[in-house]
Amino acid sequence: MVVILWTDGLVFLLLGLILVFAAFASRRPHLSLPWRRVGQSRSGMISAVILICLISVGLLDSFHFRPQIAIDKGKLVYSVEVLSAFDALVKTMRDHTERTYSSPFSAYAFSKETVAGAGGQSRVYPRLRYGGADLVDPDKERIPDILRRSFVAALEGIGAWALLAGILVISLSRGKGFIGTASTVLGGKTEIPWNAMLGTLLAIFLVAFPAFALSSHYHVFGTDKVGQDVFYLALKSIRTGLVIGTLTTLVMLPFAIFLGIMAGYLGGWLDDVIQYLYTMLNSIPAVLLIAASVLMMQVYIDAHPALFETMAERADLRLIFLCMILGMTSWTGLCRLLRGEALKLREMEYILAAQAFGVSRLRIVTRHILPNVMHIVLISVVMEFSSLVLAEAVLSYVGVGVDPSMISFGTMINSARLEMAREPMVWWPLAAAFVFMFAMVLSANLFADAVRDAFDPRTRVASRRILPERDEA
Amino acid sequence: MRIWLVIIPILCIAGCGSTWNDPYPASDRGKSILYLAFTERPRHLDPARSYSEDEASINAQIYEPPLQYHYLKRPYTLVPLTAAAAPHPQYYDAQNRLLPHDADAKSIAYSLYEIRLKPGIYYQPHPAFARDENGKPLYQNMTRKELESIGDLADFGKTGTRELVASDYVYEIKRLADPRIQSPIAGLMSEYILGFRAFSQRLQKDPAADLSKCEMSGVEARDRYTYTIKVRGKYPQFAYWLAMSFFAPVPPEVDHFYSQAGLAGKNLVLDWHPVGTGPYMLTENNPNSRMVLMRNPNFHSETYPSSGMPEDGSVLKDAGKTLPFIDEVVFSREKESIPYWNKFLQGYYDVSGITSDNFDQAIMMSVQGEAQVSKDMAKQGIELKTSVAPSIRYMAFNMLDPVVGGYGRRARLLRQAISIALDFEENISIFANGRGIPAQGPLPPGIFGYHWGQEGINPVVYDWADGGAKRKSIVAAKKLLADAGYPDGRDAATGKPLVLYLDSTGRGADDKTRFDWYRKEFARINIQLEVRATDYNRFQEKIRKGSAQIFTWGWNADYPDPENFLFLLYGPQGKVKYGGENSANYDNPEYDRLFEKMKNMENSPERQAIIDRMVAILREDSPWMWGFYPKDYQLNHVWLSNLKPNQMARNNVKYLRIDAKLRDRMRREWNGPVLWPFAFAVLGIGLIVVPALKYYRRREEGRAK
Amino acid sequence: MIAYLIRRLLYAVPILVGVNLLTFALFFVVNTPDDMARIQLGIKRVTPDAIHSWKVAHGYDKPLFYNPRESGAKFFTDTIFFEKSVPMFRFEFGRSDDGRDIAQEIESRAGPSLEIALPVFVIGMMANVSFALMMAFFRATLVDVWGVVLCVAAMSISSLFYIIGGQFLVAKLWHWVPISGFEAGTSSLKFVILPVIIGVASGLGSGARWYRTIFLEEVGRDYVRTAKAKGISEIRVFFHHVLRNGLIPILTGAVVIIPSLFMGSLIMESFFGIPGLGSYTLDAINSQDFAIVRSMVFIGSVLYIIGLMLTDISYTLADPRIRLQ
Repeated sequence: MVVILWTDGLVFLLLGLILVFAAFASRRPHLSLPWRRVGQSRSGMISAVILICLISVGLLDSFHFRPQIAIDKGKLVYSVEVLSAFDALVKTMRDHTERTYSSPFSAYAFSKETVAGAGGQSRVYPRLRYGGADLVDPDKERIPDILRRSFVAALEGIGAWALLAGILVISLSRGKGFIGTASTVLGGKTEIPWNAMLGTLLAIFLVAFPAFALSSHYHVFGTDKVGQDVFYLALKSIRTGLVIGTLTTLVMLPFAIFLGIMAGYLGGWLDDVIQYLYTMLNSIPAVLLIAASVLMMQVYIDAHPALFETMAERADLRLIFLCMILGMTSWTGLCRLLRGEALKLREMEYILAAQAFGVSRLRIVTRHILPNVMHIVLISVVMEFSSLVLAEAVLSYVGVGVDPSMISFGTMINSARLEMAREPMVWWPLAAAFVFMFAMVLSANLFADAVRDAFDPRTRVASRRILPERDEA
Repeated sequence: MRIWLVIIPILCIAGCGSTWNDPYPASDRGKSILYLAFTERPRHLDPARSYSEDEASINAQIYEPPLQYHYLKRPYTLVPLTAAAAPHPQYYDAQNRLLPHDADAKSIAYSLYEIRLKPGIYYQPHPAFARDENGKPLYQNMTRKELESIGDLADFGKTGTRELVASDYVYEIKRLADPRIQSPIAGLMSEYILGFRAFSQRLQKDPAADLSKCEMSGVEARDRYTYTIKVRGKYPQFAYWLAMSFFAPVPPEVDHFYSQAGLAGKNLVLDWHPVGTGPYMLTENNPNSRMVLMRNPNFHSETYPSSGMPEDGSVLKDAGKTLPFIDEVVFSREKESIPYWNKFLQGYYDVSGITSDNFDQAIMMSVQGEAQVSKDMAKQGIELKTSVAPSIRYMAFNMLDPVVGGYGRRARLLRQAISIALDFEENISIFANGRGIPAQGPLPPGIFGYHWGQEGINPVVYDWADGGAKRKSIVAAKKLLADAGYPDGRDAATGKPLVLYLDSTGRGADDKTRFDWYRKEFARINIQLEVRATDYNRFQEKIRKGSAQIFTWGWNADYPDPENFLFLLYGPQGKVKYGGENSANYDNPEYDRLFEKMKNMENSPERQAIIDRMVAILREDSPWMWGFYPKDYQLNHVWLSNLKPNQMARNNVKYLRIDAKLRDRMRREWNGPVLWPFAFAVLGIGLIVVPALKYYRRREEGRAK
Repeated sequence: MIAYLIRRLLYAVPILVGVNLLTFALFFVVNTPDDMARIQLGIKRVTPDAIHSWKVAHGYDKPLFYNPRESGAKFFTDTIFFEKSVPMFRFEFGRSDDGRDIAQEIESRAGPSLEIALPVFVIGMMANVSFALMMAFFRATLVDVWGVVLCVAAMSISSLFYIIGGQFLVAKLWHWVPISGFEAGTSSLKFVILPVIIGVASGLGSGARWYRTIFLEEVGRDYVRTAKAKGISEIRVFFHHVLRNGLIPILTGAVVIIPSLFMGSLIMESFFGIPGLGSYTLDAINSQDFAIVRSMVFIGSVLYIIGLMLTDISYTLADPRIRLQ
């Protein structure tokens, strides 16, 4: 049974909007020109490749369904557990839960257990249920086995990459001959740095293919306290991060654009009211505002348990609420920028002229002002993304982040930090969270830079941290 | 290269011999100071209000109730503290006639406790007792203006003391009844102490009344050193209450002193600045970072107990010596468990409990399954003390719930199936790292009524096999579930999967993994578990309204008596109906009848038989999954001696001894700073600066040309 | 100018009223006064009587925003909102729900908070500026490129990692400083140094990169070219002109957070056990102590408004052409 969670719907809505805009813009040079400049940026396109890989994982993870568990008297019975297409894809990883901790690629549990054997009880490191389970003597066979599997998978990765690269070259060649095009592409003589992108893709494939291949026989990033595969948790966190980073801005944009332009363009008492509103919201310490709102919505969720058939729906609603709340606290910055910009535009000659010709206000706003501030909106959207992902981690630490049952970078870090005190140290959950979060935020930052440079290098939209620095640090 | 030959030795000299990471002032080194930590800031230090462990660890060193628990003897035994002897109740009937000791509980109208104090016990020095040459109190009835310059108790200048008298104890009992003070045990005591409720109502009407002038009919100071308490009916457990800080003395003049106008605005209130007769007094009160106790110079003579249990050889070295041994106790606030643990390992705390996350480092199990400290820690000289706490962590079913609650066969079998499926042995080993004993019923070991061995197992969940309790198999659980009408976890009638809800407060870092575990366990019998995590308030509200389904809960005993556990399932304690402590809302008339009979009895085979029947009823009905009895693992460093865990007594600091010289030496040994990263840092900076300078020079030259 | 400031102060009143309204509304949707009483009274043996008397004692036995049983002015004044929020405008915060005087608490906690926040701000500012200046100076060279890469990488790491990692390495493995704790006076240095370093380091990436663009903009201006053409050495140009002119937007932009430094840092303080206002706020959130939460929100808002005013003033100081009206 297909389940569409709130966040799924919004994610697909957003995706649809982007595709429509892309189709719309591709035929209008003044809209597509800056994007072509983004395409020329080497770092921007490298990070775009990484982002697209992450986004595909996130999108796969957004197709939700409830598996059928039995047919009873001709009726289908569905589990209350909500899975995603991604869960189905990595079923082995999901199902291979051990009893408790095990280190990456290990075939043994991390701590000793008392095992009753022939000569009475003894304390040993027991073998894992799944990690390296098909090895007879892990001490000898494990490393060759890992190398063999990764080598085969790496070859597959190269094959897949070659296929993609071939398709690309053919589509670029336009009858100019395959070899010639291939050498231009690889030599970097194209407008868009295809060679860098292909290189990145190759690197990703060389890591991802072996990692996935090994994940069904080993725990690539080990297992956590209750034996869940950390690699799986890290991959699941991607979606949460993406949702927070994108939907928050989607939620806040209408507020920011509408109120900002209204205040700037119309002025008067409206301006005063809007300014009052955002000064007030800004003046409340962000964490306190978020904490209060999150707790409030938790009350709502608890008061209406009947609304949610599954836990995933409940956690999802909390996520969407969190996005809204973060949106509420972060629209003020953009609103102020837009107000200033609209104030400037209002005095422009062509707008004054339009007013003189009796063009309606609505038309002026939609035809003249809005298009002229869109670059600011776009830049702040991409800049905001990474800070939102970072903010989620901090909020989860404070206890007002996503639902505790939801897998996210914040909840991973939060439980991993307790494990640092163990000895020998359990470092892998923290390391996995670090690697994935870093990759995501870094590529988002680089991409944002490319977008900003392409659209308006002079715009002073600083990459702002949602929680003021002193709160986050 | 040559530079390093100079720098490294200098750093070594700077580093060796002193530690950089000592969180305490250098002047405190070598002193007889005990270093402890508290995690929650204390809310109340008023003996009438304080009820939490962290508060008790401070308050119990300051306030002295008439009785205390023997430090070494097990089972826990009451011995006199400020009382001359442990009181024996005398029973009276409704006509005030003395009854014999073996009188029938029904005929007893009240029990009279007569407590005689030891003379010559003095309070700690305190400005409230200060008097001038004429014997007039110096700091009572001061004007607001006079108090303006006061910021701290030390600003009063002079202190005084006074002998402890019986009326101080009476005054405190009146304070318990005072509605302004909101003592947590006021409701309970009004059931037992004669005149308590009337006194409370009178104060409600007349809030300005002076406590020392109003009389409570059941409590009376007979003479300077004797007071009596009349307790309704027969309530043998009352003696345990007399060992709690609630019944510690509060001198009226101290209460009066603190209630002077203007002091409250400076946080100078009795709730924050305790005044007692105990071995220590609170000298620094900063609940945000540290609380310091100093030895009370007026402490009455008390000696180390000279007898204990057979295994107590090493802790009896100091038998007969005058207490206390330690001069000062520093409690530091430690909110996060990681710093707490690491500072203990570095030697900056003398004692540490172990959280489950650093257990591997601390503990090894011996082949016999006994806990020992790991090799590394044994090398450090760290010692481990274990004890089973008189407490229980359980999972309750809400008996009012339409699915899991109720007394019909279907719900009962469902509860039994779940009780079998939820493998608490694994729970203990993952989340408590083995620090617990799977519970067989509501009574933990060490409490009267508990049975060891085969006799004590819960036949609903366990079988006795190979000389041990063995949890029944999942197959058995599945069969029970099918009998209950949920074959394969689906309702036989509707075909819908059975979904149960676990209500929990889940905000901590560890909670997610815990929830995952619960889900995994329920899935073993094909039940889908949904966790409804919420904040603490909401959770409480659900429990109160009875809208929770399954939830985890715990209970720490007030005193070591089965009554204090079994009342948790007593019908009239029902949470939803009566706002009591029975959060499962279990209500079984037969059980209630037995409970009423059992509660006032002295420990005897007859009482045992009743308890056995009650426990059997509970096991069959399974309103709780019995969970486990937590084991307390306490680690201490080698320089701390005389430590024996005592789950009931919190006033144990006076028995402890510290070897400060040894501690200083070992701290130095363990905490030498590691210096090679400095070298790396310098190298790193060099790697940046040198090429930059070179580049700059080249550019300047380029410009010059 | 004075007239302007008075006007801004008057303007602050409706903002603060709005802030209070919002805080009260949000908080009381979450909590009933009964909840608050229960949290304060503990878990064991709480009776309805005790809850009632707690509410009376703490003034939570009234309606929230309006009192239907009263008429006239009392309709609004005999309420929790009025009685609890009006004293705040006189900076009287009363007692926390667990009975301690809030004003005194804030007084004793502001010090430790400032000991972390102020150095983080000042040293952080200096570090950011010097790093940015260096990158601008070596612009379009490897130093610059790698500097920017490092900055972007540094700002892509969650601040939680800086704290966890820093505490682990410096305090646990290397024994350089105490792991946590605080002590007033000169010995506070050993407790403060690690949080300050971590605070500076975690802000360095975004700060330095941001300031670099400002300096680069300054470098591109005509007067720099003129100065260079006159043969003034590059170092001199940088320190005399670029730095000075670049600092104006940097400082005026930073002024707004200076007053808010008082509020401390939530996470740093609780990781390092520093008894400041940040951990006070966090504790209050966790224990849902409304009296503290509303006081801290109020103070935070006041400080923010002061920050806005300081920003305006600093603009006029930096650029005499701007007049405040």
